[in-house]
Amino acid sequence: MKDLISNINKVFESRVRLGIMSVLMVNETYDFNSLKETLDLTDGNLASHLKALEEKGMIKVNKQFIGRKPNTSYSATETGFTEFRQHLKALETLIKEQ
Amino acid sequence: MKSDTKSIEDIKAIRKIMEESSRFLSLSGLSGIFAGVTAIAGALVAYFFILDNGSIHFDEYFKDLSPQVTFSIRWQLIADAAFVLVLSVLFSLYFSIKKSKRDGKNFWTPISKRLLINLLIPLVTGGVFVFVLLLQNNVQLIVPCFLIFYGLALVNAGKFTFGEVFYLGILEIITGLVSAFFQGWGIIFWIFGFGILHIIYGLAMYRKYEA
Repeated sequence: MKDLISNINKVFESRVRLGIMSVLMVNETYDFNSLKETLDLTDGNLASHLKALEEKGMIKVNKQFIGRKPNTSYSATETGFTEFRQHLKALETLIKEQ
Repeated sequence: MKSDTKSIEDIKAIRKIMEESSRFLSLSGLSGIFAGVTAIAGALVAYFFILDNGSIHFDEYFKDLSPQVTFSIRWQLIADAAFVLVLSVLFSLYFSIKKSKRDGKNFWTPISKRLLINLLIPLVTGGVFVFVLLLQNNVQLIVPCFLIFYGLALVNAGKFTFGEVFYLGILEIITGLVSAFFQGWGIIFWIFGFGILHIIYGLAMYRKYEA
């Protein structure tokens, strides 16, 4: 049981972060605006959670220009993938145990 | 117990987001039905008007005619097929945009772009190849090629939308390969592959996801 709890990752506790990670698990990259629309969030809210995930090394940011418009896209890092998978597994076992 | 329901909800939300962000789900069954009907109409126009009630068909005699003689027939067939294609595409866009609006979703997403690119690569390749066949007067392989390349395009695009599209693609490929064995039956296979299969697919999808 102790093991299980330790696998529940504090970084992913918020619904928004779960959403961001879910999108990036099944898509190689996703840009800011599309994330915003998919998850139905405000700019500020999304940006702050992205920042937090980036600081923990779960996602990486790719900035580039499409024409003259800046375009920021995100993808999950190796750590992000492993940690999120562990987190999911922990959630699932938690449900099964009870 | 409280954390238990939260976990269940979390997992549900995760599944939903994964599905919605990686698959384009605004494809409407109505597009399939409409594409099928247009394809059949196009085939009938070809049979009754361009091929003169079926009295012109591909045989030894047709093969021996000089390319100049069959030129206008070939161009009329191209125009007919292109008209069917454009009409089907426009209506499937229309129905999909309508469906995405109704569901409150965006039509133009990274996924719909990926879907389109994956659909278009085999489709455009097939289109160009068919064009070459037509120019060289290799009329007998045109319908098989249309069906096979279209099937490959659907198989390719199936990863980004409903899984059923993948199976429709497989059926189109099989129809195309079988039709390659039966020369002179092109219109029948066209009606089956582009007409009947599309209508069955469209009806099934409409009943499953939209009705």
